[in-house]
Amino acid sequence: MAERLTPSGELRSVPALLARNVARFGNRPAYREKEFGIWQSWTWAEAADEIRALALGLLALGLKPGDHMAIVGRNRPAHYWGMIAAQMCGAVPVPLYQDAVADEMAYVLEHCGARFVLCGDQEQVDKVLEVSQTVQGIEQIVYTDKRGLRKYDHSRMNALADVQAEGRAAAQRLGPELDRRIAALDYDSTCVMLYTSGTTGKPKGVVLSNRNIIETAKNSAEFDRLDHREEIVAYLPMAWVGDFIFSMGQAMWCGFTVNCPEGAHTMMTDLREIGPTYFFAPPRVFEGQLTSVMIRMEDAGRIKRALFRHFMGVARRVGPALLDGRPVGAMDRLSYALGRLLVIEPLKNALGYSRIRVGYTAGEAIGPEIFDFYRALGINLKQLYGQTEASVFITQQPDGQVRSDTVGVPSPGVEVRIAESGEVFYRSPGTFVAYYKNPESTAATKDAEGWVATGDAGFFDKESGHLRIIDRAKDVGRMADGSMFAPKYVENKLKFYPNILEAVVIGNGRDFCTAMINIDLTAVGNWAERNNIAYGSYQELAAHPQVYQTIREHVAEVNRSVASDPMLSGCQIHRFLVLHKELDPDDGEMTRTRKVRRAVINEKFADLVTALYDGSTSVHTETEVTYEDGRKGSIKATLRIEDAPVFGDKRQQKVAAQ
Amino acid sequence: MNDMTSQGYVTPDGRQIGGTLMELKNITLRFGGVVAIKDISFDIRQGEIRAIIGPNGAGKSSMLNIISGFYTPQEGEVWFKGYRRGPMKPYQVARLGIARTFQNIALFDGMSVLDNIMTGRLNRMKAGFLAQAMWWGSAAREEDENREAVEKIIDFLEIQNIRKTPVGRLPYGLKKRVELARALAAEPKLLLLDEPMAGMNVEEKEDMSRFILDVNDEFGTTICLIEHDMGVVMDLSDRVVVMDYGKKIGDGTPAEVRSNQAVIDAYLGVAHD
Repeated sequence: MAERLTPSGELRSVPALLARNVARFGNRPAYREKEFGIWQSWTWAEAADEIRALALGLLALGLKPGDHMAIVGRNRPAHYWGMIAAQMCGAVPVPLYQDAVADEMAYVLEHCGARFVLCGDQEQVDKVLEVSQTVQGIEQIVYTDKRGLRKYDHSRMNALADVQAEGRAAAQRLGPELDRRIAALDYDSTCVMLYTSGTTGKPKGVVLSNRNIIETAKNSAEFDRLDHREEIVAYLPMAWVGDFIFSMGQAMWCGFTVNCPEGAHTMMTDLREIGPTYFFAPPRVFEGQLTSVMIRMEDAGRIKRALFRHFMGVARRVGPALLDGRPVGAMDRLSYALGRLLVIEPLKNALGYSRIRVGYTAGEAIGPEIFDFYRALGINLKQLYGQTEASVFITQQPDGQVRSDTVGVPSPGVEVRIAESGEVFYRSPGTFVAYYKNPESTAATKDAEGWVATGDAGFFDKESGHLRIIDRAKDVGRMADGSMFAPKYVENKLKFYPNILEAVVIGNGRDFCTAMINIDLTAVGNWAERNNIAYGSYQELAAHPQVYQTIREHVAEVNRSVASDPMLSGCQIHRFLVLHKELDPDDGEMTRTRKVRRAVINEKFADLVTALYDGSTSVHTETEVTYEDGRKGSIKATLRIEDAPVFGDKRQQKVAAQ
Repeated sequence: MNDMTSQGYVTPDGRQIGGTLMELKNITLRFGGVVAIKDISFDIRQGEIRAIIGPNGAGKSSMLNIISGFYTPQEGEVWFKGYRRGPMKPYQVARLGIARTFQNIALFDGMSVLDNIMTGRLNRMKAGFLAQAMWWGSAAREEDENREAVEKIIDFLEIQNIRKTPVGRLPYGLKKRVELARALAAEPKLLLLDEPMAGMNVEEKEDMSRFILDVNDEFGTTICLIEHDMGVVMDLSDRVVVMDYGKKIGDGTPAEVRSNQAVIDAYLGVAHD
């Protein structure tokens, strides 16, 4: 076929890269998916065949150049194929968050004017059908999983397999047209449109061109010397730019294998079976794994526990040094080798990290304890800093220069500068084309010279030359006495405790800081079980006096550490409460990527905020919650508010002096 | 042939219900002097979800045990697929295409979920003991086929993540689901569920209800269930039999049953002489 012979100098689109991969790695696995308990695999040649059939089928259904095709479902090869097939037809794939409720989906589908929607299963089809009652323009629904959909009205709905079958049947008729459309794709054609999670306001559609994606994939792959032998596990939301870069951009550029787990809840087992060589996870995944390792070790026998403790001690001392190539004594090396044999390698295997060559984390700050734990195991875990508008990469840590409190040096091809306000700006080949249908926001974010404001405040570390991010630029505020208020800095310190899942620090323009805290049900629940503390619900556990006591100790420790930084000592937490419910994206309190929405929380929990500042010791509140099926309910609770010890604080000294 | 020619009906949600699958005629069951069930007749039709409800001690479980062939009534006739059924051994009942779950879960705690569900397919394995032990010839092929069928059920009931977990380690709600999976593995014509929602929280009940509806919809399995939770029964079933003190006091669609005075009395309580 014509497009498969495109010379390698003209790899200007994802379909072109696909054709190259077929030519170069035809019989190597391109995609794997676990289904019915068995890993199914598709070689590049087989995948290309499936994708072409799908593209022809979509063409037959009337997908036009410039159309938007939304994709909503879990990570499955068929959904990645759907994106490439849409590109082949000249359409723009728009992956959506599959856990979005119908309302959120309605906004995005209306905004991009999607004519076609590829749905993973009945749940997604139902949502799209609900949306299509109010949003005009959704013409065709294609679904992957047939279950439960047999009796639906199929006048505008097709199973993906049927679309492919029709495409295969129409290959003679539509083939030339498809080839024409593929040939028309160039470096400036839109590769994908991704909606930002929208920490503030409505989501914005970030248009990324083939240039953005392919250049970024190429640069970042060279940075870490990725090649076609890598194995990755695709499990992060397809709507997130990271997944698009890793599972699409880099996978296509390098020709490596994308493995899709059976489902979200089997992720850990599947991860272990695949043993990826290149892996990305947000800090909370690493945190969760570490917590579960620690909990299981507590339950282990005495000998195992002693071995674990001893060799983890050795590993913490020696592992990171070995990774960074620093000199290590012979005895330590020997001891570490023994530790690897007895503890480290079996543990890595249990976690699925035996083969990792490059691991990244980003999105939130990662606790130094957690970061060092994985580094100690000999896992080359690094940090990067990026955003959708940059096609992910802004800065990343080179091998051997890894620290837990920085995000690395500018990625290849990326220029970074810090404005006077402290805000970080960048310019790169990955810089987005525009926000879709939103020239004002585009102009406000990207200036004429191509510099993009990240909205984050940071500075370059003088010693290492690495970038350090403090907080969102707009969240950094002033307290009533003029001292600096950086809530995330304190929140991150709090969240490093396994017992604390989320924390919201309040204090902008106030006399002192307060905090609302979410306990981690896994960690605290395990502690409760161990100490024979009975609880009936999350709410009951959260209100337990001993839980309060523990949290108070954590807050005190954080205060002590915050007090040591003269610039930020005003951010110590004077009063706190433990929330009666988990902050949840369904309730709008967090974004889908689990970033706290401060404005929403301040408004929704206004009564709690008032109580935190008016000196009361308890507050009665009623909160609306949204269940997974979209129904609403409310929970009532009386929350206690406690004072926390503060250290070396100006205000307290003043009180003492009086 | 008995009654197989009778017309079915169409449910409010548009499902076509077929002819009679099972008919119980004038059933009376006694334990010594105690009359557990007294002269009850009703039928179960192809493809429907049939519920048996009633207050504690009404004789519901005894009725289910008669349907499943575990009890043989002293009086009355049980007709299944147009043939009159005599006293039977449990395996004979299973071969007829009747599978059940139990009120108090009856799974093998030490075995994995997968193995537990595989036991549901024992009836379909023909290879001899020796061939199975040696993993030889048809035994291996048979196991592959059965494993495939089991995996489809695992996928259907969304329990992939616990495939290899020993059942003893699972929470109650999941055990119930595994039990349903094992019953489904036998590919029954008639599935009997004894209090499938007992002891579940609201979310687990919703999940279970959805699975019951999906099973009925996807596999066309006829389902007969006993349940205490009235809300669930009324939402799920096509027709309901109401029992009280071993007698049938109502039979019909949920709406009919709900407005039946005898049923209201039995549930809200009236003075008995």
